[in-house]
Amino acid sequence: MAMTETVGRAHADPHHIGLVIEHPGPAPKRIVTAYGFWVFLLSDIVMFSCFFAAYAVLHGQTADGPKGSEIFEQRNVAIETVCLLLSSFTCGMASIAADTRNRFWFYLGMAVTCALGLIFLAIEFREFADLVARGYGPSRSAFLTAFFSLVGCHGLHVSAGVLWLLTMMAQVFAKGFRADILRRMMCFALFWHALDIIWVAVFSVVYLLGSAV
Amino acid sequence: MSDQTHMPDGHDLAPGEEEQHSVGTRILGYVVGLVLALLLTATSFFIAGTDLVWQPSIPVALIVLAIAQMGVHLVFFLHITTGPDNTNNVLALAFGLLVVFLVVGGTVWIMANLNANMPPMDHIMRMRQ
Repeated sequence: MAMTETVGRAHADPHHIGLVIEHPGPAPKRIVTAYGFWVFLLSDIVMFSCFFAAYAVLHGQTADGPKGSEIFEQRNVAIETVCLLLSSFTCGMASIAADTRNRFWFYLGMAVTCALGLIFLAIEFREFADLVARGYGPSRSAFLTAFFSLVGCHGLHVSAGVLWLLTMMAQVFAKGFRADILRRMMCFALFWHALDIIWVAVFSVVYLLGSAV
Repeated sequence: MSDQTHMPDGHDLAPGEEEQHSVGTRILGYVVGLVLALLLTATSFFIAGTDLVWQPSIPVALIVLAIAQMGVHLVFFLHITTGPDNTNNVLALAFGLLVVFLVVGGTVWIMANLNANMPPMDHIMRMRQ
């Protein structure tokens, strides 16, 4: 039968890509580390989904306070979004530079990423401070509680990302492009890109849907 | 686990890792991703504020655009693809998405039901007396 003929090959090469490795052994550390970090990022996304669920349930409970469409400023959100998008791009450039061991482009890419992240944080902080000054703090209504915790949680992640970014620059400066430093750089790039994905959900669900409905 | 990494020797890829390409190809990938993401973002912001389309379609369009943009980010920035060397990463992602949909969908569904079946607040107050 044709089945028995192919079975030996199918075991060694389940995806039929022609690369038969009989005893590949454990995966390289680089893959294990990044995979573990990927699982962490997914659990982080699951945590964010709880905040999103809470926001979706509470966005109408304004307790006679302001509705989303009354407090959101589309222009600020657009600037924030462009900042994060461009920073994702420059972060990618920095990781390419790290792979090719090019210090100048690595520092440049990371510095631009840091600057864009800080601009994002500054705009977000100003928005929050402005809302609190107008009396629309997180304790005003269930809607504002959900809004501040969801967007603030993302902002905290970006702040942690900026600190991590500066640490990576210092580590490359002090230790050079060692294998372990490159693994950390890879995890950082994953983290930064994942934050951008979460921001896509935030600006679509919170800001755009909030002001459209 | 060997530490002399960098060149992936098996046919597994770490998340975020690309197949071996030249630097030019890799930069081009990021440029394409950035342009697509910017286009989708611009469309989202345009759709949200326009009167040109049928109004009830706007939320649906925004959600579709958001999902498309997340896909662009996954493919061009995180390099999660459907290639055979990416199976582990995709499976982990699929499980994560399952949990996300259960949490968000389940919460919205149950809470909407509870909300619809709850008597009005003054009714509850009268029952307490």
